[in-house]
Amino acid sequence: MYVYLVRRLISTLPVMVVVGLFVFSLLYLAPGDPAALIAGDLATADDIAKIRDKLGLNEPFLARFAEWSWDLAHGDLGVSIFSNLPVARLIGQRIEPTLALAATTMLFAVTLAVPMGILAAWKAGTWVDRLIMGFAVLGFSFPVFVSAYLLIYGFSIRLEWLPVEGYTPLRVGLGPFLANLALPSVALGSIYMALIARITRTSVLEVLSEDYIRTAHAKGLPAFRVLVGHALKNAGVPIVTVIGLGIGLLIGGVVITESVFGIPGVGRLTVDAILARDYPVIQGVILVFSGVYVLVNLLVDLSYVFIDPRIRY
Amino acid sequence: MTDATPAATEVDEHGSESVDLAGFVRRNPTVTLGSILLLAILLVAVFAPLLASGDPQALNPIQRLRPPSAEHWFGTDMYGRDVFTRTIHGSRISLVVGSLVALISVGFGLVIGLVAGYLRVVDGIVMRVMDGLMAIPDILLAIALMALFRASVTNVVIAVTVPQVPRVVRLVRAVVLTIRERPYIEAAQSIGTRFRRILTKHLLPNTIAPLIVQATYTGAAAVLTEAGLSFLGAGTPPNIPSWGNMMAEGRTYFQVAVWILLFPGMFLAITVLAVNLLGDGLRDALDPRLRRRL
Amino acid sequence: MIAPSPTGSGGPTRPILEIDRLKTHFFTRDGVVRAVDGVSCVLYPGETLGVVGESGCGKSITALSVLRLIARPGRIVEGDIRLAGRSLLAVSEAEMRMIRGNEISMIFQEPMTSLNPVLTVGRQIAETFILHQDLSRRAAHDKAVEMLRLVRIPEAERRVHDYPFQLSGGMRQRVMIAMALSCNPKVLLADEPTTALDVTIQAQILHLMLDLKERLGTAIILITHDLGVIAETAQRAVVMYAGRKVEEASVEVLFERPRHPYTLGLMKSVPRLDKAAYDAKRRRLAEIPGMVPALKKIPAGCIFEPRCAFAAERCRRETPPLEEHAPGHWSACWEQARVAASVAHG
Repeated sequence: MYVYLVRRLISTLPVMVVVGLFVFSLLYLAPGDPAALIAGDLATADDIAKIRDKLGLNEPFLARFAEWSWDLAHGDLGVSIFSNLPVARLIGQRIEPTLALAATTMLFAVTLAVPMGILAAWKAGTWVDRLIMGFAVLGFSFPVFVSAYLLIYGFSIRLEWLPVEGYTPLRVGLGPFLANLALPSVALGSIYMALIARITRTSVLEVLSEDYIRTAHAKGLPAFRVLVGHALKNAGVPIVTVIGLGIGLLIGGVVITESVFGIPGVGRLTVDAILARDYPVIQGVILVFSGVYVLVNLLVDLSYVFIDPRIRY
Repeated sequence: MTDATPAATEVDEHGSESVDLAGFVRRNPTVTLGSILLLAILLVAVFAPLLASGDPQALNPIQRLRPPSAEHWFGTDMYGRDVFTRTIHGSRISLVVGSLVALISVGFGLVIGLVAGYLRVVDGIVMRVMDGLMAIPDILLAIALMALFRASVTNVVIAVTVPQVPRVVRLVRAVVLTIRERPYIEAAQSIGTRFRRILTKHLLPNTIAPLIVQATYTGAAAVLTEAGLSFLGAGTPPNIPSWGNMMAEGRTYFQVAVWILLFPGMFLAITVLAVNLLGDGLRDALDPRLRRRL
Repeated sequence: MIAPSPTGSGGPTRPILEIDRLKTHFFTRDGVVRAVDGVSCVLYPGETLGVVGESGCGKSITALSVLRLIARPGRIVEGDIRLAGRSLLAVSEAEMRMIRGNEISMIFQEPMTSLNPVLTVGRQIAETFILHQDLSRRAAHDKAVEMLRLVRIPEAERRVHDYPFQLSGGMRQRVMIAMALSCNPKVLLADEPTTALDVTIQAQILHLMLDLKERLGTAIILITHDLGVIAETAQRAVVMYAGRKVEEASVEVLFERPRHPYTLGLMKSVPRLDKAAYDAKRRRLAEIPGMVPALKKIPAGCIFEPRCAFAAERCRRETPPLEEHAPGHWSACWEQARVAASVAHG
């Protein structure tokens, strides 16, 4: 079992190296000369050349990559062109709303999707199944910003139940916190929820046709116990896998969601950086998001051991 | 206990040979619905100039922000442009980008996947690179690429294709790995069958069905990503009407003129829904385990 | 249908399980499959009843029908099933669940796939105790260990924490038996329990089952296609063909003097390796020509007629009823007298 864990841990390294290479290349290939920006309008070609030298911009690709990686390992993500602040600090300031949004969204999506999927699998072929899967396809097809505006229109403007935009930190109060995050979570989470529900249904359906389910029924177990106690654990691996992989969708959607709902998180930072062509920030954000994605999937892989005992051996 | 059955109890066999369209529709409602919707959108896109004869760029400041009416079916936007015309024309961008991305990514993915699956030497490197690319969320990857280039439809296609390629590579490679180990491949190799023949007769046919399904999902994802990019201002240049663009422009007027945002949004959702339904239906129809008579 | 007790002692005993003209049909897109088409049989306490037939003759479906485990598109359309006189088709699903695993248990053919791979065997056995006897987790666990010992699994305290994939095929089947017998059921339905096992293990498992039957007094319905298993374990046997019962008798009588061509065919197709057979020039494997009919095309007349060596004109037109042609020996054949006679003459 430990061999499996260690091997899995090691395999994340090449992935991060590739991500790092890609992100670094982005900076490397970016149009515009940072030296010229720093030198200012009145600088001469000589001044710019000197600054280039000082910044090490004339070094070969690999040397610069090595240096950049070294800085990265020390938590230095570069400096924003736009605001002159360290990227790491910018991200750190805005991480809380993004984490809060991600947490509520995941909670919403998973707690709804898994039971939905199980129910659909159990009642496969009936109208219940078709209804649930119909919902799922719809959720899968509405892009985040479309459902976001629809929800805002319905709940904020027409019904006036929830605020149109903004973010309230948890320490101010649970009510306002949830009120602000309710619509964004639903908008962002519906695609994620649809994906999880579908995979849950497929996986549980496959499991339900296995012999040991018949044995469980033959023992007189009630349906709920058969579904949750016997079927779910066997269906667990693909479900947990997709929860991990789906985080990628969440991350992508966070950028748009924060933009629509005016949440001052890392997503908003990204949007502003895109418009301003602030490469260091874009690069930093990509690194952080990718790192999180890789980490989450690593945890998912490690969790398999608890779900399916056969993986340990 | 007597069990006399005087009459014959003959049960008919149900073996139809002719094509049964009504039956097909009944058995595959998703494919049918998806195809119909998609066909409708396609027709709209192809015949856009006929359906909406006006110029999508025509400014008309006097008529700005008018709600939907007989004259302007979908209303007008902040510059007085007819939203209906723009929405109809916007369908072209989405469909062009969607289908190009699907085709190109499948093309590249197929080649890379075949090579990676068959040549162990290359496999390791290729898969690491693919894993790395997949670790970056689609839209961020596309944004990063777009940040390097000037905004144009071509560049959008490239930027949206790149994140999709690794998925196709994974799929193809998985198929190749499974097939490669089969005894009949070993048998074929042992009698000296050339690689080209193994490729065309064995490998490719097995990839077609999953690739078709993947192509539809890729198409849907591409449409969504392009719209997202345009919405954020990093996609299709603003002078070309795309649904994402229109929604970006309509944001600020959302509370007073919801139709600017609403109609392109609905069309977007319907298109993606259609492609997803088609993909689902195709997947069920092409799955050999669930194969029903078509 | 009350028959004299097969155990020989005087006075009629009440049957523990009665299957009365059971019909279980499957309503598929391609037509109705009459998997069980009018089967009746009776099981007495403490006896072992064998059910023989080829694959697809409906034996498993009959057993599943008893437990009401028939899922869509199947349905029990006619008949009754009575446990100690009480109709099982009339009780609610909740009551049925109390009967399953408790008063009637079932074990299946494939022990590998019939056990949940992600739960320990201990938990799977303990589950029945917790469910039906309301024991605590601790008490159920101890009982599970006891059951493992009962089925002669060595190092039971350690094994109880194992997962199914860590056990051999024979041990897994023992676990299944342990699970099934944990609540001391009155009836055990054993669906091909030894078919998937090695021959040597087969013998062990059968032996175990008989032993436990003696100890616990369980009545067993043993379903199999293997005549050898029937000969070793059952007192009475029922022969099924295409969803119907075609013959029933005590095992000795059935083997020595079958009264149905199908049974005769089955007996004859067992390969014989003794010198007598060699001398009698019986070197080719005997077979029953033809194939089991698709269960959707039920002809008039006897279902076995197309493959029958004794077929007469009447067989094509009229379905023979199941009748008692000798004491305790039932057969559904117009020509059964000829069949019995042919056996007597070797």
